[in-house]
Amino acid sequence: MSVERALEGTGAWLDDRLHGARGVRVLLRKIFPDHWSFLLGEIILYSFIILLLTGTFLTLWFQPSMSDVIYHGSYVPLRGVRMSEAYASTLHISFDVRGGLLIRQIHHWAADLFMAAIMAHMIRIFFTGAYRKPREINWLIGIVLFTLGMFEGLFGYSLPDDLLSGAGLRITEGILQSFPIVGTYLAFFLFGGPFPGHDIIPRMYILHVLVIPGVILALVTVHLFLMFHQKHTQMPGKGRTNENVVGAPMYPYFMAKTGAFFFFTFAALALAATFTQINPIWLYGPYNPVAMSAGSQPDFYMGALEGSLRMFPPWQWVFFGHTFAFNVFVPALLPLGIVFGGAAAWPFLEQWITGDRREHHLNDRPRNAPTRTALGIAMITFYGVLWAEGANDIIADHLDISLYLTTWIARIAWLVAPILAYIITKRICLGLQRKDAHLLEHGVETGIIRQLPGGEFIEETRPVDEEALAVLTSRNVPPPLPALVAAETEVPPPGMRGRLGKVRERLYNVVTESVPLPEPHGNGHGNGHAVEGNGHGQESLPAGSSTEPGGGEDQH
Amino acid sequence: MSWITARRRHPVAGYLVVAFVLVLIGTAYAVITSGSATASSPAAANSAQIAEGRNLFVEDCATCHGLYAEGVANQAPSLIGVGAAAVDFQVSTGRMPAAELGAENERKPPHLNPTQTRAVAAYIQSLGGGPEIPSAAQVSTAGANVGLGQQLFVANCAACHNFVGAGGALTDGKFAPSLVPSTPTQIYEAMLTGPEAMPAFNDLTITPQEKRDIIAYVTQVRAEPNPGGFSLGRIGPVTEGLVAFLGLLFFMVLAALWITAKHGKAHE
Amino acid sequence: MSDTNSPGQPGTGGPGDSSWPEYLTGAERHGASSSGPSGASAAEPEGRGGPRRVIGTPPPAAARTMLPPDGGAAGREAVRELPAGPEDPARAKRVEKLVAACFIIAGLAGLAFLVFYSTIGVGSLTRVLHSNLALGGSMALMFLLLGIGATLWVRHLMPAVELTEQRHPMASTQQERAAFKETFNEGAETSQFVKRPLIRRSLIAATVPLAVAPIFLLRDLGPLPGTSLDYTVWRKGLRLLVYGTNRPVTAAEFSTPGSIISVGPEGYLDDDDAMAKAAVTLIKFRPGEIVYGPPAKPGGATVRNTVVPNWTVDNIVAYSKICTHLGCPAALYEQTTHRILCPCHQSTFLATEGARVIFGPATRPLPQLPIGVDAQGYLIALSDFNQPVGPSFWERS
Repeated sequence: MSVERALEGTGAWLDDRLHGARGVRVLLRKIFPDHWSFLLGEIILYSFIILLLTGTFLTLWFQPSMSDVIYHGSYVPLRGVRMSEAYASTLHISFDVRGGLLIRQIHHWAADLFMAAIMAHMIRIFFTGAYRKPREINWLIGIVLFTLGMFEGLFGYSLPDDLLSGAGLRITEGILQSFPIVGTYLAFFLFGGPFPGHDIIPRMYILHVLVIPGVILALVTVHLFLMFHQKHTQMPGKGRTNENVVGAPMYPYFMAKTGAFFFFTFAALALAATFTQINPIWLYGPYNPVAMSAGSQPDFYMGALEGSLRMFPPWQWVFFGHTFAFNVFVPALLPLGIVFGGAAAWPFLEQWITGDRREHHLNDRPRNAPTRTALGIAMITFYGVLWAEGANDIIADHLDISLYLTTWIARIAWLVAPILAYIITKRICLGLQRKDAHLLEHGVETGIIRQLPGGEFIEETRPVDEEALAVLTSRNVPPPLPALVAAETEVPPPGMRGRLGKVRERLYNVVTESVPLPEPHGNGHGNGHAVEGNGHGQESLPAGSSTEPGGGEDQH
Repeated sequence: MSWITARRRHPVAGYLVVAFVLVLIGTAYAVITSGSATASSPAAANSAQIAEGRNLFVEDCATCHGLYAEGVANQAPSLIGVGAAAVDFQVSTGRMPAAELGAENERKPPHLNPTQTRAVAAYIQSLGGGPEIPSAAQVSTAGANVGLGQQLFVANCAACHNFVGAGGALTDGKFAPSLVPSTPTQIYEAMLTGPEAMPAFNDLTITPQEKRDIIAYVTQVRAEPNPGGFSLGRIGPVTEGLVAFLGLLFFMVLAALWITAKHGKAHE
Repeated sequence: MSDTNSPGQPGTGGPGDSSWPEYLTGAERHGASSSGPSGASAAEPEGRGGPRRVIGTPPPAAARTMLPPDGGAAGREAVRELPAGPEDPARAKRVEKLVAACFIIAGLAGLAFLVFYSTIGVGSLTRVLHSNLALGGSMALMFLLLGIGATLWVRHLMPAVELTEQRHPMASTQQERAAFKETFNEGAETSQFVKRPLIRRSLIAATVPLAVAPIFLLRDLGPLPGTSLDYTVWRKGLRLLVYGTNRPVTAAEFSTPGSIISVGPEGYLDDDDAMAKAAVTLIKFRPGEIVYGPPAKPGGATVRNTVVPNWTVDNIVAYSKICTHLGCPAALYEQTTHRILCPCHQSTFLATEGARVIFGPATRPLPQLPIGVDAQGYLIALSDFNQPVGPSFWERS
């Protein structure tokens, strides 16, 4: 058959030169675990590929030049208006190139989806603990990719030189300018002089189409290679341990699924680009430094930065003829610095606190790491408050809230809301753990009601099934704190000494706070006796359990 | 009917019901909120009109503005000298008579019909003069320079009203309204008289022709189709970001759920 | 069983540990001890070697065999890892038809895309709308159906399979590490890098200018700011022209209280670099609204809450339009509250009191431009601003 001939013909030709049979076979048989949340990363990858394809199309017509032209093209309301060549060429792509508007919109929607998926993917990795050893490098690469993506998007939507993005560039310049000592130099070097100058669009262009995509491509390649080399993590379940990977092989299953997902990504973006207008630069008009619009926001992934700038109080310090513009460079650097810096440091901080330096390939259920989950939700809340403040004038207008009140709410909520979120989330996680422990201990309700001879009613329970049992009992138990070096001398072990040791001990207790799993081989409970093990088959039930009435003590 | 009930347990049935109800709600909402702006026609002032205007004024306006439009402190300003244009604007957009003394009066269905509006306007004009109601020729956008209108609009108007006049927030609960329902006459009058918090642009600062250019820009842009699809309100990246999360990412998650669901029916 | 495994140590002893020479020669390392037939237990990991295949939970109908010791290289027909086809052939046939239908319609949609591209022109808003709908709709349909077809194929045609592969600890074995260390040290010794500090240090010294050179090459990116941020193009005698119409303004024309207009210096309205700092807002007040006071000393206090009377004309005040927070045009004006509001970050300036900041992140008031009247009665600037315009910067005092 033809598969045979292809293998003998082309396959042999390649193998003669590449020695690939064994290596490619390993690749073909590689097992990929299956869970919907594992596909979030693929959204990012496929959006990026689509960005590259559509972006290349756009470069064929876009003119990265700030030279002035008078417009005489297809869009009537702007005829006779002075604008840059960059803006005019974007109008040309939108209105005079077939498929131009479609490709432009796919490109911009893909950028939005790219960033949204990065956020979702990062959140998934965090809450399942997939950043733990040996995947810390990938976590750090991911944070760098997130930052690069933000800049790439900023430069990308600023290229058309329209009124909205031009205002954003003005803000960027003002932020740079405010940095102590080097600010004005940075601003003048980036813009080639005072704002707006003639250099910023061509410079952003080469950063946007060559330099940053190149770095992103390289980092994504490393990111994916590491994921291949270390094998993907898997969700807890029957037969899944920390030492294996359970799933379906790459060929043909994973290839088909990921191919289907690529098509869905492209379809979603094409649908969005067909039916929802994005970045209508012809409505914004060309940039000029005298004009401004109400409700000016950057794209959503810069929203938290925008919100930080809006809510910060007017603090500055003028000292010996120099200005420390705290009101600018603090909100520009600190909040996102906390979020990204905290995220980067977290795997190592968690390792230090818990002392857990084992490899982890089995994902945590978020409820089983209550402190981590609560911290993550608190960080997301913090980011979210800043993000909402970035749209505060739109919110004020559409939800009928006084404009200044929105800022005051943000000025308080940035601290209060994350604290509340932490407390509430932690309680929810512990509650869910209690529910799991209850299930293990007492089993699942069957809905069968039985009357005991004494007249009372009980509901029968049955033990949870194997798959659920595997999931419920899958827990990462952190190693205990190191014991005293010797009991008599009371010398603390290394790593626990001094004030830092005390801090570590207290943090350890907080971070590892969890509702313990119930004891296996119970304590005389009747129905639904908890079964030990992780997929090793069900123990035989002790006498006097579910099939007989009069289970005695257990009335639950 | 039994055809439907026989299939009520079909896998798709639930989705169809939800879709049907959504369509029903959407149609009902569209019907309820559809409204139309009324156009006004000019008429020359005469003493009968002024008299009628006086009567209407006493009925509807004097309680707040005073019996002779002299104004009442902390309640309503004096109308002497505001001109017919200001009255025509406020009354034809329904802002006046004001429903309550709030932060700002919103556009609502007008209380007086166009003839009555002109009458009140003529009366106020007779009290102290002021800007007149522009004629149809004055607000005609034929031959207007839309490009200049765009430049003037984004430099002076868009900061409150947004790029295309979709509206925006001001301080203390005030807001700059959307210009979508405004007639050319109302736009002209608003620029001329500076209603409420809006600044004024008299005919010497922004000439009538330039005002026509601005009107031409506003009316042309709001009427033009959105070639890229639904406009999402034309307010920019905020709604686009919402769609990216609630639309695109959500769709992708649904696709991921479907692709990775356990195979077929074998694993129930 | 909880997943507490021993801290990430490489596999200890046993028959599976690879040794250095074997690794170098690339000897086959397929599973020497296979697991038992269809069971749920995992075989021991063998340290280095090919991935071990262990059969997981099989679906009922498919046949399963385990891997023979040679890894399946011999005699393909006796060994299968994956089932040949789906369990229910009739249902599979139906799915096959459905998948084929999806692909065929997808192909037609793709064809439609090509037809639409060739027939629907652009050049006006309506035509672009139609083109976008047609091209985008056909493209979306094509991809959607390809995705649906592929998903149905993998989910309903490919038989369900769950296989297990063993992981190896990421850490290399002690022997491998020791061997690596040995090679590395040997190489370091042979290279003399460690033993000859003169070479080492001189090399490092040589790389310093090499590393710094790229930064130096960026010096000509832009001019040094110098004092250019302290000044705008406004000079004594320059007329204020309305932006967009380029007409000069007289006090008599700009007479309606509560008016504003955006203006710029004559000759510079098309110069974006100049306008980015020279844009000015003219505001006309009613008598008595303005709070007057003397000008702040140049470089003096940042809080100024009065309007300089000599810099106004007939209750008309000129303020810089460039917000002192981050440089957006502070273009929003409420004539009833006299607030100038910048829409970027809601910095609010009170126009009757020297445009002092009353809300928001801006720290400095909007500078006031001194204006007067020329011989023809047109408004002119009397001088440049008495302080830098726009966002704060380090050198601003």
